[in-house]
Amino acid sequence: MAAIGTAAPAGAKARWALIDILVVVYALVPVLWIVSLSFKTKETLTDGNFVPRSWTWQNYVDIFNTTEFIRALVNSIGIALIATVIAVVLGTMAAYAIARLEFPGKRALVGVSLLIAMFPQVSLVSPLFEMERGLGLFDTWPGLILPYITFALPLAIYTLSAFFREIPWELEKAAKMDGATPAQAFRRVIAPLAAPGVFTTAILVFIFCWNDFLFAISLTSTEASRTVPAALSFFTGSSQFEDPTGTVSAAAVVITVPIILFVLFFQRRIVAGLTSGAVKG
Amino acid sequence: MTRTLDRPVARRAERKGLSEGKKAERKLGWMLCAPAALVMLAVTGYPIVYSVWLSLQRYDLRFPDQRQFIGIDNYVTVLTNSYWWMAFGVTTLITVISVAIELVLGMALAIVMHRTLVMRGLVRTVALIPYGIVTVVAAFSWRYAWTQDTGYLADLFAPGAALLTERVPALGIIILAEVWKTVPFMALLLMAGLALVPDDLLKAASMDGASAWQRFVKVTVPVMKPAILVALLFRTLDAFRVFDNIFVLTNGAQQTGSVSMQTYNNLIKGLNLGIGSTMSVLIFLAVALIAFLFIKVFGTAAPGGADERKR
Repeated sequence: MAAIGTAAPAGAKARWALIDILVVVYALVPVLWIVSLSFKTKETLTDGNFVPRSWTWQNYVDIFNTTEFIRALVNSIGIALIATVIAVVLGTMAAYAIARLEFPGKRALVGVSLLIAMFPQVSLVSPLFEMERGLGLFDTWPGLILPYITFALPLAIYTLSAFFREIPWELEKAAKMDGATPAQAFRRVIAPLAAPGVFTTAILVFIFCWNDFLFAISLTSTEASRTVPAALSFFTGSSQFEDPTGTVSAAAVVITVPIILFVLFFQRRIVAGLTSGAVKG
Repeated sequence: MTRTLDRPVARRAERKGLSEGKKAERKLGWMLCAPAALVMLAVTGYPIVYSVWLSLQRYDLRFPDQRQFIGIDNYVTVLTNSYWWMAFGVTTLITVISVAIELVLGMALAIVMHRTLVMRGLVRTVALIPYGIVTVVAAFSWRYAWTQDTGYLADLFAPGAALLTERVPALGIIILAEVWKTVPFMALLLMAGLALVPDDLLKAASMDGASAWQRFVKVTVPVMKPAILVALLFRTLDAFRVFDNIFVLTNGAQQTGSVSMQTYNNLIKGLNLGIGSTMSVLIFLAVALIAFLFIKVFGTAAPGGADERKR
């Protein structure tokens, strides 16, 4: 903060570089540790070294040879994708209405979704467990997709309505005056302006669904719908007497890859999405 | 005569015409919001009512025949149980300590991300990794890091100590895991507030001879107060639900379980729906009370609320 509005001297740059490196170390050490564990051989797994002394792909080969992991991965991807698509579609509709239309009940809807965003999820576990057993939804994909949509919707509605407020809607009128049909005006003008916001929201919602653990272990009981985070906590290794550290680490790395890719490619969008919805001073 | 007759008719027609447009807008608004509202009500509204109903019954899935309405007996059972209060204390302790640390570190990280002169993109990118990473994955990383023989941190304090099996160190590790994961989120919320602090104001204070610390305390913090309160509210409510980290790190052993862990254990392991639901309702009430206190006492603006948007 020392260099407000002045050209940065080399000393200040070096100081910032040092602080930046601290942040990078902070963020990466736990991730690199689990990566390192996943590449360790069985013999070196318990040497406590941060960097593997000998490297192997065996842990990855092992998990991709078990139906337990592959099935969980398919569940994770399928459930998160379906929940994301539905939540973003419903959220877009509601956010458009909240940003552009006047209607009674609007404030109530905003209030209710705010309540849900703050809601302790564990409070829903007991009734949902009982209801889903009654409805035959327990341990099925829809049984997880439904709560995910519900808790993703507030996030989607906030982020999207913040984005929609920024869109210059006059352009739509201008396009129509220039002779565009409403469909053309939407396709050529509004959709391209809205797409980045919708896309950002989809990433945030996907991360949320991908991350969930509480519902995943409470509302499932078999491989039929158990997602990777839930399956991880039940991993016992390929035999009863084997230490599952290596395989758990490999599985953990596999489900971290999409997150790293999102962060690398869409850093700017994620930051914009997270900061636009919550705090506008 | 004709005039006095005409006027109200014309006015009524006019009013009707106006309301036609308004009506259409209302209808469209409701139609667009209905699916989202219905899903949210069906998956939260109804279950909340249902869990209050379950909490008033003796209902153990192992003994379904003994199901019966017992009024507030479950509440008496839970509220006079020392394990419940132990879990409540642990939850409160983890919440208060981790949110306090997160506020300080989050503010530091927000300033770094906002002000750094070099590698700004890189810092913002890596800071998102703890936010995005699956909590269970991070928790396993911490567990193995502190596990005897396996971990690189295991011998950090005392060689041969199994820190995750002792109560105080285990709680410390749980807090560490929580803090690591959520500092970036806190920082992002605070960074949005930092962006609102006018540079001119800081420059003026600087010319008046204010030190960097004075500028921070007297200028930056007061301008950011709404952002700070919203970030605190979000994180406090979130921290109170702590579950994933405890489940993986200690599974609640050595009295490190949170109220969420207790509820899960009663419900899924104990299959006691009555007691589980009672705990659910109590956690809901505790969270509602925290939110109420933040909004009423500290004057936190409801995040994303209509009032806040207008400002």
